[in-house]
Amino acid sequence: MNDTVIQVRDLTTGYDEEVILNNVSFDVHRGEIFIILGGSGCGKSTLLRHMVGLRQPYRGKVLIEGKDVVTAEGREREGILRKFGVLFQSSALLSSMTLAENVALPLQEYTHLPRHMIDFLVRAKLGMVGLRGYEGYLPDQLSGGMKKRAGIARAIALDPEILFFDEPSAGLDPVTSSNLDDLIIQLNASLGTTMVVVTHELPSIYAIAHRVIMLDKRTKKIIAEGRPSDLRDKSADPFVRDFFNRQVREGLYS
Amino acid sequence: MKKTKIDPGYNISVAETGPERLHLILSGNLHTENCALLLNDLKTRLSGKPPRDIELDFGGVDYLDSSAAAVIAQAKFSLQKRGAYNVKLTNIKPEIQKLFNILNLDSLLREGARIRERRPGLFTQVGTASIKFAKDTAFTCGYLGDVTLGLGHAIRHPNKIRWSDVFLYVERTGIEAIPIVLLISFLVGFIMAFQAAVQLKQFGADIFVANLVGLTVVRELGPLMTAIIVAGRSGAAFAAEIGTMKVSEEIDALESMGLNPTRFLIIPKIIATLVTLPTLTLMADMVGIFGGLVVGVLFLDLTPWGYILQTERALDFFDVFTGYFKSIVFAILISGIGCMRGLQVEGGAQGVGRFTTSAVVSGIFLIIVSDALFTLMFNYVKW
Repeated sequence: MNDTVIQVRDLTTGYDEEVILNNVSFDVHRGEIFIILGGSGCGKSTLLRHMVGLRQPYRGKVLIEGKDVVTAEGREREGILRKFGVLFQSSALLSSMTLAENVALPLQEYTHLPRHMIDFLVRAKLGMVGLRGYEGYLPDQLSGGMKKRAGIARAIALDPEILFFDEPSAGLDPVTSSNLDDLIIQLNASLGTTMVVVTHELPSIYAIAHRVIMLDKRTKKIIAEGRPSDLRDKSADPFVRDFFNRQVREGLYS
Repeated sequence: MKKTKIDPGYNISVAETGPERLHLILSGNLHTENCALLLNDLKTRLSGKPPRDIELDFGGVDYLDSSAAAVIAQAKFSLQKRGAYNVKLTNIKPEIQKLFNILNLDSLLREGARIRERRPGLFTQVGTASIKFAKDTAFTCGYLGDVTLGLGHAIRHPNKIRWSDVFLYVERTGIEAIPIVLLISFLVGFIMAFQAAVQLKQFGADIFVANLVGLTVVRELGPLMTAIIVAGRSGAAFAAEIGTMKVSEEIDALESMGLNPTRFLIIPKIIATLVTLPTLTLMADMVGIFGGLVVGVLFLDLTPWGYILQTERALDFFDVFTGYFKSIVFAILISGIGCMRGLQVEGGAQGVGRFTTSAVVSGIFLIIVSDALFTLMFNYVKW
């Protein structure tokens, strides 16, 4: 089987007249934790939205296991979408449903299992993310970290091969955020799920990343690719080294 | 149910069977798509009194996801409950074993598989409803007080009113509503005149169509139809806007900045509606009368001038004034209830929908009830 799960080729995109990413190409390998990072406004979340097929690029392709997520339609598109789960920045749980109903939603739509089996699976999934006993809670009644966990439970309901995370640690305290990192690592190790994570939290990056790409706002391209520790110590680009060492250099961030 | 002809993607073969021991070999892929088939398959194969020893061999299973794992675990559990002494899952590949471990299914099964739903009893329901009623009443009183204070403040300090917002809402609730208000009131006048003409013609009282249309439109239908349209357009918009702000904590943000949400959000809307609804009502009155005039001229051979003179004779200042006065009250009711429902929103997106509906329904309800009261009242007041 091919080792590359996601191929992004010559992706150019932006909003209205403004180009945000120009000719970006990279691969994501099976089973790795792949991180897209960069400063605020460099287009990392936009890139993620392209990878999950929510936006149309100006030019270029996103292939998931060789199939174009942008042009696919109907059953083919459904098939591609089934391969991945997404955790959105705000968790995006349906606010009128309990956690159990949120997680059950994809199971009810895509399997023919009877109700009690779905309940059983839902509890297992919530148990996996450490939310056993919270089945009947509404999203409003939970803390930010718990919502993220519930979002993950919903994303993994159908055992996707790929999980996308949009800034999983945004708005979480360091302890909660590190627990979430542990969960990501655990899921990756036990299920072999490929993870694509958008973040700019350095501790997270060091904790979980197998490989990162770094986007740059000015050149609108990938300016670095590799393991985070290598980039910190060996990168030729001072901007990249600064990012990983948390140094501020005058003028560079303007 | 799926058609049975389709290849399920897995296979179960019997390696050994007897009263004491059953050995099944599973192979292929077990996943979301075929786990429902697997569930039925296992149910039929393992129905009745199970043998003492059962071995499920997963040697040929290459892929198994958590749905299938749940099916297997459930089957194992129910076999054990029905007296199978020893149920073994063997030859599981290490990745699959990891999945079984992380799902921790057996302990869940011992707890009982169903998610318990909390169904409150009658006593609790009555209690909850009463508490809710009391809270709503308190909220309404507080809200009325807030709005009164806010309006008082606005009158004393007109320069503190957010006039840019007022103008924005005048445009939204008034100017943008003109086409629909004019169309509907024209048609109402037209229809009424037409129906009246049919009746009055029998008595040769054609000219009195002008009286009927003029009085009804100016005193009742003009203000009423306009208010109902504005309740549907703007009352709903106010509730949705403020409700969405409430859900996304924007109201809290305003409050924490020391900005009074009532003064900041609600007063401009009320003032704007107070400007636009009476104005729209006067327009609706005129266009409604024009609708009657068109019928009079086209179907009753009246002259336009004659129709207008007759209308003028039928109406006095008091008639126009009552309609205008009513529309002022309607304006306060519509904007007030719209904003109030917005503030009451809870429970996310669905809550916004629910309270927006309620804004329109209670808006129209209040309009009609107060209109009835006014009709009675003016009947006694008139000199």
